[in-house]
Amino acid sequence: MTDPIQAAETVLRLDGITKRFGDLTANCDVSLDLARGEILALLGENGAGKTTLMNILFGHYVADEGQVYIASPGTGLSELEAGSPHAALEAGIGMVHQHFTLAENLSALDNIVLGTENLSALTSARKPARQKLEDLIARSGLSVPLDARISQLSVGEKQRVEILKALYRDARVLVLDEPTAVLTPQESDTLFATLKKLADDGLAIIFISHKLAEVIASSHRVAVLRGGRKVADLPTADCDLRKLAELMVGHEIVETVRSKGSPGAPLLALNAVSAGEGRDALHEVDLTLNSGEILGIAGVSGNGQTMLARVISGLQVPASGTMTLAGNDETGANARKMIDEGLARIPEDRHHDGIVGAMSVSENLAIESIRKPQNQRFGLLRFSAMRETARRLIETYDIRCQGEDSPARLLSGGNIQKIVLARTLDPEPQVVLAAQPSRGLDVGATSDVHKRLLAARDRGAGVILISEDLDELMRLSDRIAVIHRGRLSAADPTEALDRGTLGLRMAGQSGEAA
Amino acid sequence: MIEIIEILLSANFWAAALRIATPLIFGVIGALICERAGVLNLGIEGIFTAGAMAGWMAVWLGAGLWGGVLVAAGAGALFGLIHAILTVPLGLSQHVSGIGVTLFATSLSYFIYRTALPDVSSPPRIDAFQPLDIPVLSELPFIGPALFQQTPLTFLALFLVLATAYVLYRTPLGLAIQAVGDNPAAVESQGLSVYAIRMGTVVAGSAIMALGGAFLTMSAFDAFFFGMVNGRGWICIALTVFASWRPGKALVGALLFGAFDAFQVRLQTEVGSFIPGQVFLMMPYILSIAALIVVARRADYPRALLVPYFRGQR
Repeated sequence: MTDPIQAAETVLRLDGITKRFGDLTANCDVSLDLARGEILALLGENGAGKTTLMNILFGHYVADEGQVYIASPGTGLSELEAGSPHAALEAGIGMVHQHFTLAENLSALDNIVLGTENLSALTSARKPARQKLEDLIARSGLSVPLDARISQLSVGEKQRVEILKALYRDARVLVLDEPTAVLTPQESDTLFATLKKLADDGLAIIFISHKLAEVIASSHRVAVLRGGRKVADLPTADCDLRKLAELMVGHEIVETVRSKGSPGAPLLALNAVSAGEGRDALHEVDLTLNSGEILGIAGVSGNGQTMLARVISGLQVPASGTMTLAGNDETGANARKMIDEGLARIPEDRHHDGIVGAMSVSENLAIESIRKPQNQRFGLLRFSAMRETARRLIETYDIRCQGEDSPARLLSGGNIQKIVLARTLDPEPQVVLAAQPSRGLDVGATSDVHKRLLAARDRGAGVILISEDLDELMRLSDRIAVIHRGRLSAADPTEALDRGTLGLRMAGQSGEAA
Repeated sequence: MIEIIEILLSANFWAAALRIATPLIFGVIGALICERAGVLNLGIEGIFTAGAMAGWMAVWLGAGLWGGVLVAAGAGALFGLIHAILTVPLGLSQHVSGIGVTLFATSLSYFIYRTALPDVSSPPRIDAFQPLDIPVLSELPFIGPALFQQTPLTFLALFLVLATAYVLYRTPLGLAIQAVGDNPAAVESQGLSVYAIRMGTVVAGSAIMALGGAFLTMSAFDAFFFGMVNGRGWICIALTVFASWRPGKALVGALLFGAFDAFQVRLQTEVGSFIPGQVFLMMPYILSIAALIVVARRADYPRALLVPYFRGQR
């Protein structure tokens, strides 16, 4: 596959990598070459095996078959010791994980220096380290306050610390796992500009992504993984969005299309609601949701979305402000009251807050309605009725499981989300609160979620869609508001917005819609 | 009122406070470094007992006093290793393993003692450490008798506070220990072994704890008897929280507790005729609970404390 001219400069080669976890084959015979100064995008859906492959490269996992070869300066390719992050680091591989691997209680400098010095040394040589880092920062533009504790840094700064960690060790191959997942569009642009500069200086870069636009904009070459196999490896110049999408998903894509909604009367209103403290707090949030519309809430993760969802679902009592649902004051109402009043809560962390893993599918489906007469009599649960309802919902919502009695934890993420959807949407709620409803789901499950939300809207419910995915928001929402540092902007009609404006608002610059 | 001021102004009171604080300093420093690496060590109470017994028995069998100290540290390290293996690579509950180590170490110490000395009515005595008069310093008025007429183990404890602070904040190893207690993935991603650092720290911390026990039989008293540790280990666990996992604050906490204890003994002789003695015995514990309530609410826990780490899992 490799261009013969580039072959001489190959710095990294994965050869026939296969990795199995039990019955699941995460990677199947994947081979990949990477040249000096090249930016390779590793594209694939969730569960396609991208992260597994990179974890094998970095020594977190050991491959069942296949080898990793890396070029050391001056010599040719040689085999890399498997299963040793230490060996990978020594060989010049740096990895920026999706979940940052930083000690929050140490300074940026200490995090970078950690592990580069002999542990039996009596002093830490911070002065030369600082000198080297200041040079690196000047050359790469990765500005970071070296003496600040990690806990005080922003997400973008933490990511720059991670990249500096690799550069400080003179990495020649840099791997970034979903680097833009936590960034605003502008921060992402800055990141890719930096990566381009580093590649021009000879660094070989692999970045993992499932966002087609950034892959096309920022890579030299694309390798597509699907179901653990490499299905394509081609120069980015030969690709377009449609082709890549089809390679990634494996079939043609039918996008959910939103018809124009017909918003009705105001349904849910928040007036000057403040709640919580710290980074995720809300400050004087005003929000009005009408019936028959989807209101999108955009924002970079950790700007108060979680608290907003908690307040609306009755899990958090606001410190000040009021909340009304269909004209009734619900300030301080608890979660059960909110559900009884017609709120459907699709929680952000579906594994943790959406299901009880040890309980059966039917119990999970009934969990929010166990007090209703159809599910209990004289305070005793009616299991047969619950099972019957469960069988109907499994059918209607196409929940793939062994049966209504199998434990919910055995289901895949997409099917767990279907349990949540069935439970919350079946009683035809007035208000649907969907927090990150498609996060981590594959294309099929995502489009199912989207259809259900649109259906809820079309029968007259009001839907609040909290998401970090701008494409999803623009496709589904009738209006979009942006949350930044706990403050919510006014909601503008989607037609009046574009990605750039939203991106600026997500970064806290309240530019008016162009 | 006058009596209270008189107590606080006597050099003898401050000397006693420092003496009472010494085993706690060892204990809290040991517990603190274990927890900094993310491992709660509830084996401390048993490790105290094992250190007390092992150190004393080594001397009784003919070893020198410092030989006894080494044996005590070794015994502590051994029980620490058990706890480390159970909680670090095997990832078992740190609470359960710690309580298990305490029960095991305590019972084994009593068993060995009873086996070696089947029928003695009064515990045999050894020639314990004697107070060390540091030239010049010990002759200072007030401060001399209060601070500088202690046994060598007290000075060792104070030195360990300094050494721990230095290692923790100034050396690459200390950085690694702090990081592994906050986010083990940060340590692994930099090519270091989470298991090696955690296990090494727990073993070293346990050895230091055992010195607290050794102080009891080789400095404070000159014999070993059952129940002599008497909850000091648990106090150290509380003091660790009180100290927010900082060596300097740990020293302050231990001294505070020592002062309360020394104070209650003296107050008892002054006003003991009309207040029951048990009230005074309770005092240091009640005061340490009160101090905890004030301080611990804002405690900055090591984020990975109690969380086992498994490689290749996230």
